[in-house]
Amino acid sequence: MKFMGGLQRSVSRHLYIFFYYTAQYIKTKMAYRADFFIYVFSDLLLQSVNLIFILVVFTKVPAIKGWTRDQVLFIYGFFLIPFAVYSGFLNHLFDVPEKYVLEGELDRILVRPLNAWYQVVVETMNPELLVGAPAGVAIMIYSGRAMGLVWTWWDIPLAIVLIFGATMIYAGVYTFLASLGFWTEGNIGLMPMVYNLSNYGRYPMTVYRGPVRFILTWVLPFAFVGFYPSTLLMHRYDFAWYALLTPVIGIISFTIAYRVWVAGIRRYRGTGS
Amino acid sequence: MSNKRRYGEFGACIRNRAMLYIELVRMEFVNNLAYRSSYFTGIFNYTIQIGAYFFLWDAIYTGRKMLGGLNKEEMITYVIVAWVVRSFYFSNLDRRVAVEIRDGKIALELIRPYNYQMVKYARAFGEAIFRVLFFALPAGIAIYLIRPFGLPSWQNGLIFLLTLAGSFMINAQISMIAGFLAFFTQSTSGIYRAKRVIMDLFSGLLLPISFYPAWARDIIKFFPFQAVSYMPNLIYLGKLSGLAALKVVFLQLFWIAVLGLVAIWFWRFAVKHVVIQGG
Repeated sequence: MKFMGGLQRSVSRHLYIFFYYTAQYIKTKMAYRADFFIYVFSDLLLQSVNLIFILVVFTKVPAIKGWTRDQVLFIYGFFLIPFAVYSGFLNHLFDVPEKYVLEGELDRILVRPLNAWYQVVVETMNPELLVGAPAGVAIMIYSGRAMGLVWTWWDIPLAIVLIFGATMIYAGVYTFLASLGFWTEGNIGLMPMVYNLSNYGRYPMTVYRGPVRFILTWVLPFAFVGFYPSTLLMHRYDFAWYALLTPVIGIISFTIAYRVWVAGIRRYRGTGS
Repeated sequence: MSNKRRYGEFGACIRNRAMLYIELVRMEFVNNLAYRSSYFTGIFNYTIQIGAYFFLWDAIYTGRKMLGGLNKEEMITYVIVAWVVRSFYFSNLDRRVAVEIRDGKIALELIRPYNYQMVKYARAFGEAIFRVLFFALPAGIAIYLIRPFGLPSWQNGLIFLLTLAGSFMINAQISMIAGFLAFFTQSTSGIYRAKRVIMDLFSGLLLPISFYPAWARDIIKFFPFQAVSYMPNLIYLGKLSGLAALKVVFLQLFWIAVLGLVAIWFWRFAVKHVVIQGG
């Protein structure tokens, strides 16, 4: 009972701080209102490039290795949801090696009585980029209808679990890369490379050759961010086992990454100034 | 006598100007040289990105000979050449100009005794020379070793090299005009992204223009974008050669002139209506 009470207090305290940061964030953004909306709109535009690529290619071919236009669109729509959470909350873990470790910003974080990882995330978040998620849902609904998909009640809890797993994979990979900054003390340019690789996850894995597929499944598991889980939601069962592994892989990767993060924090000695 | 002297002064003036811009090209080249290791990871980045498109096109072509006028081998060559060439002509010109405008540094540039746009082009060119030597060439060779791709005939190769200068200039001018938009909106990242989307889609970097439906091609025709990537690539592949290839060179010259006028007009208009942040 006492534990539950503590957990409840902790969750409500983190939520309270989250809303407080969000309120501050909105205030700063509303100072340049028009620019804020241009920023959000241009982010959607940037995402639409891949959508246009898919649509144009499928005017020339009926299917890519047995995957129809609607199936590829469905995968892309699913991918947009964890990707929106990543761009809204995890993208700036990118700043950790340079801004927080090398320049010593972490000093300020560590003297406060709140989890350091959580502070970095809420301090650097761009929650408006979550608009990518409804866009993704819309694409899934549209392409689902087009392929004559009949949804059942269990699709919704299943989708939530799969999206949770996919998001945890993003959180895990980027937390791990950020944590390397505690050892390298500065950027080593890995993040853009991994970002480019993460984009491989939006297409059917059957497109790729053996070693690439292996890496995307077991090393940097971006296949679980888009492709595997979405096949289950479109009721194609040839990758069902992989799809069901999504939350497991998510929890494992975030757990490992968070341990590395904690070890990094222990190692951190400030800038000495 | 006095006429001759005046001519001499004019000549010296031109020479001084030329020396100034050549010095700027050299300076930017040397500046970049100091950060050459950061370009090393860039090569890996490009390889990963090109790899994605390689696998995709490989899959798209299974069971098909021709799509959009290109066979599979030509398509793979197209993608590789398009990206490698992009690593040469790409520049942060739009971002640099936009940030200078946003932060008000442009005011300082306005009082300096040189042509603002020329200075920017000269520096971008210095960076481009650096990028050829330390980015495009090593990336091209590395990719060729991993996956050999088609090489052009020597005639087409020569015209292709000529069109690359045009690609650089047109891309730089479009970036410059995009940067000037910061005079009207403070959202620099919005401008930067919108330009990127337009260039990626309509220059032919992601998709050959021949893939688009006829109505879209008809619209794209009226813009300079496809002269940056699509047309030079067709020359590389030998789809355009001889007179048709030379026509591309003239089309590029045409667009360079038009964009130059647009940029000058934009600049004059903007300077008259300039609002410096907090100034």
